Amino acid sequence: MTDLPTTHVNLKGVLTSSAPTADHSEGMSYLQSVPRRLVTLYLPLSIIVFVLLFPFYWMALTAVKPDAQLLDMETYSPFWTWNPTFKHFYKLLFESHYPMWLWNTMYVAVCATFLSIVASVLAAYAIVRLRYKGANLVGGLIFLAYLVPPSILFIPLATVVFQYGLFDSPLALILTYPTILIPFSTWLLMGYFKTIPFELEECALIDGASRWQILIKIVLPLAVPGLISAFIFCFTLCWNEFIYALTFLQSTVNKTVPVAIVNEFVDGDVYRWGSLMAGALAGSLPLVILYAFFVEHYVSAMTGAVKE
Amino acid sequence: MADIAITPAKAKSQIREATSWDQLKHNRNWLGFWFMVPAMAFLILFLAYPLGLGIWLSFTDTKIGRVGQFIGYENYEWLWDDAIFWLSVFNTLLYTFVASAIKFGIGLYLALLLNENMPFKAMLRAAVLIPFIVPTVLSALAFWWIFDSQFSIISWSLKHLGIINQNINFLGDPTWARICVIFANIWRGVPFVAITLLAGLQTVSPSLYEAATLDGASRWQMFRHITYPLLTPIIAVVMTFSVLFTFTDFQLIWAMTRGGPVNATHLMATLSYQRAIIAGQLGEGAAIASAMIPFLLAAIMVSWFGLQRRKWQQGENND
Repeated sequence: MTDLPTTHVNLKGVLTSSAPTADHSEGMSYLQSVPRRLVTLYLPLSIIVFVLLFPFYWMALTAVKPDAQLLDMETYSPFWTWNPTFKHFYKLLFESHYPMWLWNTMYVAVCATFLSIVASVLAAYAIVRLRYKGANLVGGLIFLAYLVPPSILFIPLATVVFQYGLFDSPLALILTYPTILIPFSTWLLMGYFKTIPFELEECALIDGASRWQILIKIVLPLAVPGLISAFIFCFTLCWNEFIYALTFLQSTVNKTVPVAIVNEFVDGDVYRWGSLMAGALAGSLPLVILYAFFVEHYVSAMTGAVKE
Repeated sequence: MADIAITPAKAKSQIREATSWDQLKHNRNWLGFWFMVPAMAFLILFLAYPLGLGIWLSFTDTKIGRVGQFIGYENYEWLWDDAIFWLSVFNTLLYTFVASAIKFGIGLYLALLLNENMPFKAMLRAAVLIPFIVPTVLSALAFWWIFDSQFSIISWSLKHLGIINQNINFLGDPTWARICVIFANIWRGVPFVAITLLAGLQTVSPSLYEAATLDGASRWQMFRHITYPLLTPIIAVVMTFSVLFTFTDFQLIWAMTRGGPVNATHLMATLSYQRAIIAGQLGEGAAIASAMIPFLLAAIMVSWFGLQRRKWQQGENND
């Protein structure tokens, strides 16, 4: 909605800068003594960061611990292991369908993301720059679509998917995920397109470029950071999606990682924890690596979509 | 010059009438329409249509594999007398309120902390966001293991510290189970709130704080009268999203407890999945899902009007 707050934030600065760079002020942190900062800043911060990161440490540790040490917490200290094993990963890769699930997830995420980005680029460009009659209304409706949660749509969508004969096929997810991704990435890209000067397009129009050429040759190259942000965020959302995948897929080999781990790995076995955690770790790793490379884009996607 | 002046009629004849094909290619509204087709096709086919269909299904007795008959309000009447449904409504409200309030508190606090000058701040900020990146289900599994009834590391640590004698049955006891899922939800939601608010905090000029210090303001007064008012619009947006996604949460619960023990953690979303997909009562499940809509609308309205009132702070004078 156009009347939401549109505070312009230096998005890239969120990760690196501490204070606004607007007036080059140092802030007043130098007034605080070290012991005081220790108690008011470092202590609470380290507690929160510890709590936020501990589950990952635990996940990783469990994934490499031998089974005997996992269940015997008295003879071995549970917080560390001196003889890590890759047995759980081995079991995962060679004795289960895990590579298949990883491939499914990747395939669905890439296809759905690609489809949504193409659709959103066209829609965002039309809303921001073609400004056809009712563009603002359509923009508002797309924002509303962002607020419709999957958990009230999965039941009717299941019947729709069944009617179209898509049940238990990756196509069901590839076609339904864009409903989550398009509203988000359209809003994100609208923000980016707004920052591209009109004059560039006017020049191109005078030189006889069609709207399509303007979009491909002028707007898109200038909006690359926005495209990367949208791509990464969409990809993460796809990877994370659960309820559609749980509802629309049935056969073991077609499942995506999150659904497969919850449904196929959870059995009565007390020794399941190692491979379960290995599976969770291996499933999160691609996203964490992607995130490590594109932190700034990620943050700008997250904060950008909220602020537009 | 003269040539041009003499032959206006000829030049005119070269401009042909715009055909309807040209209209379709160049008219702004038609072009806009063509550009919108892919996005609209997706959103209408797989969002708007199912939304309507869901409400229709809630008035039928559709089951898996059987087309339903229109039965009016029967599903809703049935739910009205269903204690488990009301329990799930209560759980959902409790879950949403408690988790959102704590997420807001800790998120704001963390944002304020991260806004300070310190070494390794870029790395810290990047690390804080990791819980938000990792797929919810996978981190929920980690919590499931952490909250295991026998091998929980928390029970172990507390036992060794001498605080408790017996393992806590985290996910087996109704109260503990609620605390655990709320904790996991907070854990996952805090980074989003914190990083978004941090982006807002950075728009606040430090000179305001300097001025306030000269006027003798305490830290609390500075927070209350500078930071908080300037942050309100972003808080409203972030909390709308947070409340919305907490209210409709499904995957965290499904991975950790599946609604148990004794339905103590069943949210409306998980209950509708259980009734619709597992039990096959699509109509009844759709009714539960549709029952979420009024709550969602209310949440959107509250934050919407909360935003409107704060508009003057953005320098716009339409209040």
